[in-house]
Amino acid sequence: MAKKESSFLNMVLTLLVITVVASFTLASVYNLTKGPIAAAREAARQNAITMVVPEFDRLESQKFLPLTGRDSLEFNFAYKGDELVGVAVGTYTDQGFSGRIRAMVGFYPDGRIVDVVHLQHAETPGLGDKIEKGKSDWSDQFRDFDPATQILRVAKDGGNVDAITAATITSRAYCEGIQRAYETFIANVKTPEGGAE
Amino acid sequence: MSQLKNFTKGFIKENPVFVLLLGLCPALGVTTSAFNGLGMGLATTFVLVSSNVVVSLIKSQIPDKVRIPSFIVIIASFVTIVQLVMEAFMPDLFAALGLFIPLIVVNCLVLGRAEAFASKKNLVSSLVDGLGMGLGFAFALTLLGAVRELLGSGAIFGFSFIQGDGMLVFVLAPGAFIGLGYLIALTNMIKKNE
Amino acid sequence: MEYILIIIGAVFVNNIVLAQFLGICPYMGVSSKVSTSVGMSGAVMFVMTLATVVTYLIYHYVLVPFGVTFLQTISYILVISSLVQMVEIILKKVSPALFQALGIFLPLITTNCAVLGVAILTVQKEFNLLEGVVFAIANAIGFALAILLFAGIREHLELMDVPKGMRGAPAALVVAGILALAFMGFAGLV
Repeated sequence: MAKKESSFLNMVLTLLVITVVASFTLASVYNLTKGPIAAAREAARQNAITMVVPEFDRLESQKFLPLTGRDSLEFNFAYKGDELVGVAVGTYTDQGFSGRIRAMVGFYPDGRIVDVVHLQHAETPGLGDKIEKGKSDWSDQFRDFDPATQILRVAKDGGNVDAITAATITSRAYCEGIQRAYETFIANVKTPEGGAE
Repeated sequence: MSQLKNFTKGFIKENPVFVLLLGLCPALGVTTSAFNGLGMGLATTFVLVSSNVVVSLIKSQIPDKVRIPSFIVIIASFVTIVQLVMEAFMPDLFAALGLFIPLIVVNCLVLGRAEAFASKKNLVSSLVDGLGMGLGFAFALTLLGAVRELLGSGAIFGFSFIQGDGMLVFVLAPGAFIGLGYLIALTNMIKKNE
Repeated sequence: MEYILIIIGAVFVNNIVLAQFLGICPYMGVSSKVSTSVGMSGAVMFVMTLATVVTYLIYHYVLVPFGVTFLQTISYILVISSLVQMVEIILKKVSPALFQALGIFLPLITTNCAVLGVAILTVQKEFNLLEGVVFAIANAIGFALAILLFAGIREHLELMDVPKGMRGAPAALVVAGILALAFMGFAGLV
């Protein structure tokens, strides 16, 4: 089949048509998938919250700026009836081995940690990825950890946290993220009455 | 070339990864497990088949000087579709493949087939070529992923054989290079004995 | 201080080729000679930095405000292929010898996943423009480092007696694997 002649007009027209068709197609697919993508992200978030706070029947969310770090943290206050049973904080650290690690930290109203679950990371498989609950029970040591009386740093830095073997950087970063959540929690949430302000 | 030969050449004789050495970046980057390799392979196959079909259909309408940019826009569109659909319906795989999904657009395999094959052959041949090459690519990635997962984590498709870790080096960067190197040597041996 | 961390991270710890697996095709294709590797590195550095700047601007001033971030892949790759065309035209005029030496590999920078990868990563890591530029240059240096080391070894390898089945790509890949292993030693730096 003969190709179209490469005149300037033809070239511009062809590229224009292709690009316009492509953009329209993509816009439609984008609209179709917008809903499911948002639903998938929301489901993941809800899942993480459920994992780190005691049973609740309603959530109230609020954002707070931490003392260090550019981005705000999302606080999810979990209520059972009128009683605050826990706060799930979406935190982050930029000191991971491969960039940002995001995690959900659950606090009891008095500031003790309920549990920590990772949300997103790019750490090394087999080493840093042990922060994942499914890959190892390393993160279980944060259950009932009380940052008021214990130090949220790896043992090497004088703290009470056991680092992952051969993944000190990841462990250190994870602690930094949890510490960020704790400090913001203390600064913004009244304890020990457990009432949100 | 019969369509059957057209289809099967992608598996051993002209395997994109082991013989043509195309698409090495994702081959090395996502094959930490057999499942990831398979997922990436199938996503790439979708893009390859779709772009081959479209290019073959409109090839007479594309002026010669702008064919590469045109192919690129077409391929990039299908890659974006894969990105969006995956994020919506397969979020775990999407998170595992990460950066390498948009990188399908620069997978030399896809652009290479559009340029070398689809822009010259008819619709059916282009479709079959895309399917064969894509599945050959998926086969290569799944195989490399399986080797790395078996040696590195003592598991296959998520089923663990052993407690604890395997030879970790295989799920890390060096293992990817070395694993691929030996698989290519193996393919060379097989081809020689054919 | 932050900039030093970005540089050390990109050149050594998370080397674009040996740790992130980006830029493998040109890495394997051009590295048989040190001289072509030098030329390729220079071209990559130029395209990578320019591409990162332009795509950054497009993302933050066009895609985001208009809510069309799903056009990221298409717009980025069009920018990169245009830049490569530009480099080709400039090289032809300024240094025809280098243009000849690089041959087919120049248009291949378009499909160099390293360039597109770095552009996407700059947005993902939420760098500002200056950090993005530093990041791009550092990654290009990392690419250059990896490819020059590799080329040096391959030139020697040519003179050795390699078993038949391993000749060419397999041996090269094993060498790359050992290089990657060595670079893993940098992990404790940052």
